[in-house]
Amino acid sequence: MIGYAVRRLLMLVPVFLAVSVVIFLILHLIPGDPIDNLIRIGSSPAQREIIAQRYGLDRSLPEQYFIWLGNVLRGDLGTAIVGQRPVSTMILQALPYSLALGGAALLFSASLGILLGVIAAWKRDGWADQLIMGGVLLGSTMPTFWLGLLMILLFSVHLGWFPVSGARNWQSLVLPVLTIGLAGTALVARVTRVAMIEAQQRDFVMLLHAKGLPRWRIHLGHVLRHALTAVVTILALRIGWILGGAVTVEVVFARPGLGTLLIKALNQHDYPVVQASLLMLAMAVMLGTLLGDLIQAALDPRVRTAMS
Amino acid sequence: MTALLTVADMQVTIGPVTPLDGIGFTLDRGEILGLVGESGSGKSLTAMAIMGLLPLSGGRVSAGSIRFDGTELTSLGEDAYRQLRGKRIAFISQNPMTALDPLQTIGAQVDVIGTLHFGKSRAEARRRTLEVLTQLRIPEAAAICASYPHQLSGGMKQRIVIAMALAGEPDLIIADEPTTALDVTVQAQIIHLLAELVRERGMALLLITHDMGVVAQCCDRVAVLYAGRLAEAAAIDPLFAAPAHPYTQALIACIPRDDTRKGTLAGIPGTVPAVSAYPPGCRYHPRCPQAQDICRTTVPDSRPRPSGVVACHFPGPTNG
Repeated sequence: MIGYAVRRLLMLVPVFLAVSVVIFLILHLIPGDPIDNLIRIGSSPAQREIIAQRYGLDRSLPEQYFIWLGNVLRGDLGTAIVGQRPVSTMILQALPYSLALGGAALLFSASLGILLGVIAAWKRDGWADQLIMGGVLLGSTMPTFWLGLLMILLFSVHLGWFPVSGARNWQSLVLPVLTIGLAGTALVARVTRVAMIEAQQRDFVMLLHAKGLPRWRIHLGHVLRHALTAVVTILALRIGWILGGAVTVEVVFARPGLGTLLIKALNQHDYPVVQASLLMLAMAVMLGTLLGDLIQAALDPRVRTAMS
Repeated sequence: MTALLTVADMQVTIGPVTPLDGIGFTLDRGEILGLVGESGSGKSLTAMAIMGLLPLSGGRVSAGSIRFDGTELTSLGEDAYRQLRGKRIAFISQNPMTALDPLQTIGAQVDVIGTLHFGKSRAEARRRTLEVLTQLRIPEAAAICASYPHQLSGGMKQRIVIAMALAGEPDLIIADEPTTALDVTVQAQIIHLLAELVRERGMALLLITHDMGVVAQCCDRVAVLYAGRLAEAAAIDPLFAAPAHPYTQALIACIPRDDTRKGTLAGIPGTVPAVSAYPPGCRYHPRCPQAQDICRTTVPDSRPRPSGVVACHFPGPTNG
């Protein structure tokens, strides 16, 4: 299992390099020159040259890439063009907010989603199933920014239970988590239900009934475990999505975080910050997939055999 | 003394259709009953009915009776039924490849019989599991217990399924084509193993198969199903010596013999009709070489034959 984990981690190295090239290049392909933002209107070409030199923008692209990559690997993410602060400090300040929001949202969607999915599959085609599936449809079709605004209107403005915005205390986390988490909950519930219904029809389940096991034990001890392998894959893919996809929610609730940092930096053509935040999000996706694969291997002995 | 298992006039309904009708046979301790017929004749459904597992596929026993050791099973509650399953009535399924939970160790899957039905602790249940595996001459039982289904061969998996059945010390084992998914060399081993166990321990075995050769080798009595009805039931020797139902005759004619010449292996033309398309009268008449007008209109009653019953208007062997 540990050998498997190490091997999977090593497999991420080429992926990381490929992602870094893409992230580096994208910023040089989009229109807009960062130097324009750094110099005053009417500056001479000589002044322009000095600025370009300071940021290494006068060198060739491959050179710029390797310098950048070398710095990144040493933990130096550069200095922000706007504000002149070290990018790593900015990332480290934003990251805890994103992790808290993303982690809480993931936990929320996983626990509630699996619970609802299990109930729906257990009461298949009954009223509980239809109610849950109706809610799932609603939850997965509602755009998050719209849902966020509705929640602010109801819970903050009318009821006054939770703050409208900010990130000062745990109460300020509730509405953003609900906003991001509900779509995930709907997805997880639907996947759990379908995977359980599919697993119920497998041959071995009939033999479990023939062995005299109670229905609840078959469902929770065997069928659910099979369904979880599918759910884990979905959740792992969602880790990156939640961190990146939290952008709109962070904006709606005026929360600090990676998403807010990225949007602001994009608007200001602040290359180093954009690159660093994108790299963080890409790494979150990669680590999420890795985590999913490891849980998968822990759940399914066939995966372990195939990998060893 | 009444038999261990008596199925009488059993009818099974699934939604709007009635795939089984008028099924009856008896089975006693120490006896092997072969339940034969082509695919679609209702053999597996009969097994499900006895196991009380029809609700899984949305069906129910809609008429007749299933008596097991003095208890009427058709009116038994689910909890009481559950205590019979795996303990007094064990089941061996058709495909060992898919019969075991791929995510659980072999040991845990056998142990559960001990913890569930005999109130044993895990350690006690494991000791019992090792005992049963050893009795089945499974080498390195402890290593097998720690492995997962995908690490074992098909024959070994079927032995594990048999071990699971034996762990409950059942009175009745229902084996649904236990060897069809296995290599020919392993098939004979498994069948002999089962037959031996039944004789040794005085259990009853309901052996579902489409292989008349297997029936001839190890069964005491045979019940032949065709399209959801009982065609013929009798003790093995009289049945093979003088099959009364044209369908039984045809099945026996299909067994390859030493004197079967190349290219002359017999078959039965046509196929078993689907549940929704059962013909009126005798359901075998479209394929029966001896069919008369009455066969097309009137359902034949079961009538006695030597050591059994047959449902045919013109029972053989005189006309066969």
